[in-house]
Amino acid sequence: MSSASSTTSGAAKPASTRAKPASKWEAAADWTDGRLGIYSLAKANLRKIFPDHWSFMLGEICLYTFIIIIMTGVYLTLFFKPSMGEVIYDGSYVPLKGIGMSEAYASTVDISFEVRGGLLIRQIHHWAALVFVAGMLVHMMRVFFTGAFRKPREINWVFGFLLLVLGMFDGFFGYSLPDDLLSGTGIRFMEGAILAVPLVGTYVQMFLFGGEFPGHDIIPRFFTIHVLLIPGIMLGLLVAHLILVFYHKHTQWAGPGKTEKNVVGMPLMPVYMAKAGGFFFLVFGLIAAISAIASINPIWAYGPYRPDQVSTDAQPDWYMGFSEGLIRVMPGWEISVWGGHTLNLGVFIPLMVVFPLVLVSIAVYPFIESWITGDKREHHILDRPRNAPVRTALGAAWISLYLVLLIGGGNDLFATHLHLSLNAITYFVRVGFFVVPVVTFIVTKRWCLGLQRRDKEKVLHGRETGVIKRLPHGEFVEVHAQLPQKDLHTLTAHEQIQPVQLPAQTDENGVARKAGVLTRTRAKLSRGFYGEGSQIPKPTAEEHHEITSGHGHH
Amino acid sequence: MAALVVLLLALAATGGLYAAFAPASKAQADVTAQSLEIEEGKKLFAVGCSSCHGLNGQGSSDGPSLVGVGTASVDFQVGTGRMPAQQPGAQVPRKKNIYSQAEIDQLAAFVGSLGPGPVAPKAEQYTSTNPEDISKGGELFRTNCAQCHNFAGQGGALTKGKYAPSLEGVDAKHIYEAMQTGPQNMPSFPDTTMPEEQKKQIVAFVRHTTSDEPNPGGLTLGSLGPVTEGLFGWIFGLGTLIAVAIWVAAHTTKAKKS
Amino acid sequence: MSHDMSENLPESHGSAGEVAEHGNPFADPGLPAHEPRRTDIDERAAKRAERQVSLMFVVSMLATIGFIASFVAIDPDKIVYIFPLGKVSALNFALGMTLGVALFMIGAGAVHWARTLMSDVEVPAERHPIEADDELRADIMEQFRQGAAESGFGRRKMIRNTLLGSLALVPLSGVVLLRDLGPLPEKKLMGTGWGKATQAMPLELVNMSTMQPMKAEDIVVGSLTFAMPKGLTTHDEDFQQRIAKDALMLVRIAPEDIKDDKSRELGFEGILAYSKICTHVGCPISLYEQQTHHALCPCHQSTFDLADGARVIFGPAGHPLPQLKIITDEKGNLVATGDFAEPVGPSYWERAR
Repeated sequence: MSSASSTTSGAAKPASTRAKPASKWEAAADWTDGRLGIYSLAKANLRKIFPDHWSFMLGEICLYTFIIIIMTGVYLTLFFKPSMGEVIYDGSYVPLKGIGMSEAYASTVDISFEVRGGLLIRQIHHWAALVFVAGMLVHMMRVFFTGAFRKPREINWVFGFLLLVLGMFDGFFGYSLPDDLLSGTGIRFMEGAILAVPLVGTYVQMFLFGGEFPGHDIIPRFFTIHVLLIPGIMLGLLVAHLILVFYHKHTQWAGPGKTEKNVVGMPLMPVYMAKAGGFFFLVFGLIAAISAIASINPIWAYGPYRPDQVSTDAQPDWYMGFSEGLIRVMPGWEISVWGGHTLNLGVFIPLMVVFPLVLVSIAVYPFIESWITGDKREHHILDRPRNAPVRTALGAAWISLYLVLLIGGGNDLFATHLHLSLNAITYFVRVGFFVVPVVTFIVTKRWCLGLQRRDKEKVLHGRETGVIKRLPHGEFVEVHAQLPQKDLHTLTAHEQIQPVQLPAQTDENGVARKAGVLTRTRAKLSRGFYGEGSQIPKPTAEEHHEITSGHGHH
Repeated sequence: MAALVVLLLALAATGGLYAAFAPASKAQADVTAQSLEIEEGKKLFAVGCSSCHGLNGQGSSDGPSLVGVGTASVDFQVGTGRMPAQQPGAQVPRKKNIYSQAEIDQLAAFVGSLGPGPVAPKAEQYTSTNPEDISKGGELFRTNCAQCHNFAGQGGALTKGKYAPSLEGVDAKHIYEAMQTGPQNMPSFPDTTMPEEQKKQIVAFVRHTTSDEPNPGGLTLGSLGPVTEGLFGWIFGLGTLIAVAIWVAAHTTKAKKS
Repeated sequence: MSHDMSENLPESHGSAGEVAEHGNPFADPGLPAHEPRRTDIDERAAKRAERQVSLMFVVSMLATIGFIASFVAIDPDKIVYIFPLGKVSALNFALGMTLGVALFMIGAGAVHWARTLMSDVEVPAERHPIEADDELRADIMEQFRQGAAESGFGRRKMIRNTLLGSLALVPLSGVVLLRDLGPLPEKKLMGTGWGKATQAMPLELVNMSTMQPMKAEDIVVGSLTFAMPKGLTTHDEDFQQRIAKDALMLVRIAPEDIKDDKSRELGFEGILAYSKICTHVGCPISLYEQQTHHALCPCHQSTFDLADGARVIFGPAGHPLPQLKIITDEKGNLVATGDFAEPVGPSYWERAR
């Protein structure tokens, strides 16, 4: 009976051609697929291959800390009052009793001392933010030094760059919200920086603060920017960033079986899911533990903000440290322009010129490099940093500049803790700003070339075994062992780009034609990047053959 | 009965006589003690201080005149071990004090006798019993002191190698005296602009912050603000995470080493 | 322009699994064969790994229970001594450690599971070039051209131009809406609260510590005092704005040590009243070295010589600290008789130099 009725109803209503689900679980999956098309999505992704390497997990650190920041941040908004209305503190923290402060500050002190677990969540939020930006910087450096930004990943590099910059600024806004003495000093600095903008500075300042500094609007406005505007944009960029990572498939290191046309690793389900999912919990767990043992931003100790009070050691969080360094070491230049107008170069140059330049220089690098090489191909095999000496040296120079500026930003602490003169450190940074990157560039490039030579040596003569052999005539030699095929391949898998040549000085009719400035610049840069002295020609199979067969094993 | 009367009279007379003479002799004794102390102080001064400050504290090319610096100054400089100075430099550092308090008092008495100046405080002047003093002192500290000594009294840099020292472990009396006298490059906060009561409040805050105050959040990282926090975040935050990432991504050991 | 697909991918050195010819020592030998782990071949090792993973998950559960128990049981004000952290909040420490362990153990268990028990066979997956092939490209271009032609966007120039015009204009509404974010600058940054003072109606300086007026003899050489105008109190609605400009730093320098004549005249018997607000970006500058008469800013280390009209001798500040003229009134109190001669705080475009 049942079979008969089902056939009749089947005839009446067109039945799905799909096989009967074997379990409730499958039925649920079928139901979802009928509405969201999850099967075709899963086909491309469920067994997607991800290569394993610790440096490929730096981006995950950023992703997970971002999620941690959002979760803890939402919790904090439940208790934080973004208001500059004045209240008299009457909580449990004795050294602030009876002191007037803004509601923003009072509520942050309450989160720390009255809300159970509030202090922990605040500290997780802040520690995760420091690690988030640090992770982004290191992630970006990994991508830079391995050349993972090359086609087809330039756009994703820019997305990542924007995430870094937005992360830095959102961190700064978050640092400003509690309205403690340190954060207020930071806002005051920002006000001064805005005032230094020519023409519109005072207008921007008045509009941003709703009047004169500090006014009553800046904290609520920063709050909206900090919790809504910037995180919203970042979330969008982050999703786009991840979609592109999936779409492009991950890059991989050179090695046996690894080519530009494949990606070797373990499938998303189950290995990568377990490892990446587990890593989230590892990251969260570690940051929670750090927040249990180390204090961060003890706003209760700073006291409430008052524009006439300040504490020494007034620094921003580390990721703004390089801009702090820039502004600390800049000479106090102030000039008069257009009769009676003041241009505060002491603030304008470091913040409006050099600061963006430092950041943008890394953002545009992939486009500059691809212009110089003229390489239009896709790249999925990573460069070892030594095999791109000029790029590696440029990256190292950038990092050295960044570090010099960080020293400048903490010059007072370096002075007290290393018993140096504050002024001497500032002078050092002024000179170091120009000299250290150049020295770093030269040293790094030479170092890379040395490593290339060592690789070549290893390929041609094998590795040192540490075994000393005495030859019949008394000479001692160390036995070198021939590298296995996979190592020989790995060490020679990289390609060596040849510098572009200037087009012939005369065309086919013998008429002289001059290459344009751009063409000549490009050729010159290309020689600098890939010419003689910028890479060691890698060993050829012939060389290898000659040595291994001719002289035998050394 | 007569004997009793005589006894009472005698007692009264003795009492009266004592009452009449005793204070005078005590004052006499005080004066003598003081001049004795100054004498002793002068001897100590001649040995330990005069090579720079001159035999009569008039000063020389190596050290300033001490006329009018007051006993508070001596008590601070010698009590914190800054004086006698070991060597010239950007700043004379705090070090182990080599004098007993009695000797310091003698030195102070001698220097105090050279001219009037700030007087070393008594314990009740710098010892606060009112818990409200801590928060009042905190506000005063942030207005007048934190710019050099940092919000938690950890000290900070000044120009050309000079520095505001850390206030950790500094005696309440010495904090008070520093405000009175303005040692080295520190400006003074005399009673005329910062009354005794306020100094006491600041001392209460500093003592509370640098010694009694717990660090609810954990390690203070030196109470130096974002610089040390950043270092800690890089090394122990990102550093540990990368170490964990290396474990996560590493290949599991094979059964047989190839 | 036509793109040949193969041009976009460099020649591969061999593909996975393929055994290379013996002639070239550098050729790709192909993916190495999978080698088993102990847990792959030894059931006892696998069982042990399974128990380890489960143990980690159990520890996580216990830690969560510990978290809840700490939350309920520990007083938020409780301070305990923990080596080497010092005196810390017991609740913060307990919650953080239990949460940390609970989370970490889930992660450690999952990763240990993946590393020991899940398959670790590395497999290759094909990559496909991101760029479309020429056929698809031509097809799409044709579709686009057709769509563009059907819309008439290129042909009907009037529609195109007016559309672009309206799209360009409409964001202006949003810009206009921002107008009420704040007032126009006008002359607001020029003056301070001291501007209320006149010759006839001088304004007393109030000591920020005592909130009392000061007499000249109160300020001794080598001392440092901060002051604000009389009438301002910390609970005023606009206190923060006012003090951000009105705050003064009073020092007394022996008249013979003052190098700048104008500065000496503005002061009273060697008492000099400088703006406390740094001319660089506005930090309250007050790290005063009484022997050198230098004042240092804690934010960016601009250094001013207060004995020389607050001339900038180091750091990024562009001009001296403004100085307020002070005298004494009939009661002997220090008073101001007018505003600063120039705007205080950081410089800005409209500020005359």
